[in-house]
Amino acid sequence: MDRTRLTDIYFPEARSRLIDLAAFLDRIDRAEGQDDFRLKSLRAALAELAAPGSDKARKILLLLSDPTAEPVAEAGAKSAAGAWSRF
Amino acid sequence: MRYIEPHAHMVSRVTDDYATMAAAGCRAICEPAFWAGFDRSSVDGFFDYFCQLTEHEPRRAAQFGLPHFCWLCLNPKEAENLTLAEEVLAIIPSFLDRPNVLGIGEIGLNKNSRHEVAVLEKHIDLAVRHRQMILIHTPHLEDKWKGTRLILDCLKQNPGVDPSRVIIDHVEEHTVDLVLDAGFWAGITLYPTSKCSPARAIDMIEIYGTQRLWLNCACDWGQSDPLAVPKTALEMKRRGHSETAIDRLIYQNPRRFLGQNPKFRIDETACENPSDAAEK
Repeated sequence: MDRTRLTDIYFPEARSRLIDLAAFLDRIDRAEGQDDFRLKSLRAALAELAAPGSDKARKILLLLSDPTAEPVAEAGAKSAAGAWSRF
Repeated sequence: MRYIEPHAHMVSRVTDDYATMAAAGCRAICEPAFWAGFDRSSVDGFFDYFCQLTEHEPRRAAQFGLPHFCWLCLNPKEAENLTLAEEVLAIIPSFLDRPNVLGIGEIGLNKNSRHEVAVLEKHIDLAVRHRQMILIHTPHLEDKWKGTRLILDCLKQNPGVDPSRVIIDHVEEHTVDLVLDAGFWAGITLYPTSKCSPARAIDMIEIYGTQRLWLNCACDWGQSDPLAVPKTALEMKRRGHSETAIDRLIYQNPRRFLGQNPKFRIDETACENPSDAAEK
């Protein structure tokens, strides 16, 4: 499938999500407080998004991942945060 | 369209979902054991759950002509309590001969803890000793990449593991090649927000092919869509994939993997692909 056809299919959705992301960052900027590890990770991912080159989904998923190799001592909370807490 | 839903937590769904899935072309449902959303307080809770998976749910699915199969285990979310894990592992063998039990799953890791790894190794050992197939859950979000590598290490350390009889589920762009390169089957889960969208799933299919891949919805008690597989099939059509390629991915692939267990049987005469009939 060529670039124009893929753009026909996915551009409206990508545009919508892009504006949602921009509005989210504006909302964050209007709020008091500091960036935590999730926002720091997100801002780093945005830089990756704008960088030249392909394979962006994999690179961003890795950027948001725990890079360590050893099991942790205890599970703690059952849920995931979406970004590595020591970023 | 026909498809097999190879990963759905139907105990958490209403009966209407069975009807809707059957109407959409579903020909069989497979249900891995899962976390209830809270920790069960004793092994008796697991005994009742395994009875639900092997007795009650098959009857509920049968009302809509759907064969129901299941996988048994203690979910990694409950693996921190090693005493309870040992008790649950001890009762699983008594269920393995039941007619709808396909193997051990969904085992794996959640937060990549030492206890989770220990319980995963015990589940793998149990599966090998009882010649059971294995369905693996990989962790969520930031824990997935590390967890997938730890899981692969555990599987490779057990010489009795046959990768062709193991599916590693919930792969994404950063883990799919790790799984496929090691010879295992890979599952792509279509799930809002936290896993994979139809568009991304199709991207991976186009990059890695469909030889050892399946799609599933993993619908459960959270926000999830029991029709995610047929909806992704429609998205594949929009992306120019043929009816034959779609049928291979959403019907023939799960049938090929699951059919390694002789208990997985579906009525083939009732499942003829309409497009095949048209071609004849």
